[in-house]
Amino acid sequence: MQAFRLVVEYYNYFVTIFLMVAGLYVVIARGNMIKKLVGLAIFQTSVYLLYITPGKILGGTAPILDPAFKVYSNPLPHVLILTAIVVGVATLALGLALVARINEAYGSIEEDETFERDREA
Amino acid sequence: MRQRSLFGVVILSGVYSFLMASVLIVLDAVDVAMTEASVGAGVSTVLLLATLHLTKTTEATSFRGTMIPLFVAVVTGAALIWSTFDLPPFGTAEAPIHKHVAPYYLENSLRETTVPNVVTSVLADYRGYDTLGETTVIFTAGIGVMLLLRGARRRDRAADVEGSS
Repeated sequence: MQAFRLVVEYYNYFVTIFLMVAGLYVVIARGNMIKKLVGLAIFQTSVYLLYITPGKILGGTAPILDPAFKVYSNPLPHVLILTAIVVGVATLALGLALVARINEAYGSIEEDETFERDREA
Repeated sequence: MRQRSLFGVVILSGVYSFLMASVLIVLDAVDVAMTEASVGAGVSTVLLLATLHLTKTTEATSFRGTMIPLFVAVVTGAALIWSTFDLPPFGTAEAPIHKHVAPYYLENSLRETTVPNVVTSVLADYRGYDTLGETTVIFTAGIGVMLLLRGARRRDRAADVEGSS
């Protein structure tokens, strides 16, 4: 019963950690640069969950003030993550531009093939 | 299961972003969910598709081992789960995060800024400098993308001129 309660209380954190680790795995294991960037995006979304999860209060509502409600979830993580999402898409755009540039210089977006080309040169 | 078609990967990442947006709505972060749906599922997908147009749409077969990355991932995950139990349980109002500046914002933001949405008032009023820094980051990234892609176009044109003469 104790173990079951622990799992329920920390379930959101477990999901967060699973996504984080999945993103980490994709970034390390996949040589394709598009897939690497998608993995990085998964890692980023796990950080969104990591911030938003502790801000939630059970029985609370979204932090938009109205006399009908008394308990609101914490608005501060929401603000921080709003900024993080927009910065995330900016870094994604920069990463994708680098991929396009690498493809132009090496004719490949596979990490293994670009390393091979470097060794030959 | 391995998805070799990068087009499929991009579409799946868009689906994932929408799912994440619905999870964020459940967690009361409606503003974040809206941004995630429009920026994560919309703009990111368009950017990824544009890159596929400029590069390749299939992944080459790779002979990398998966043991080392799997080991790193599992060890990191185990360490993170072990440290999770020091955090306050999900959804409790007594957690330290709810005792610091958040009550101030919730009590005073309507009087001080007249905006009922607390997220908006914190983003634009109390922490406006954060947003200024954010736009600086976007501006810098935009310059970087422009420089990287403009060079490509110029070289293309030079190659065309050489080819035709």
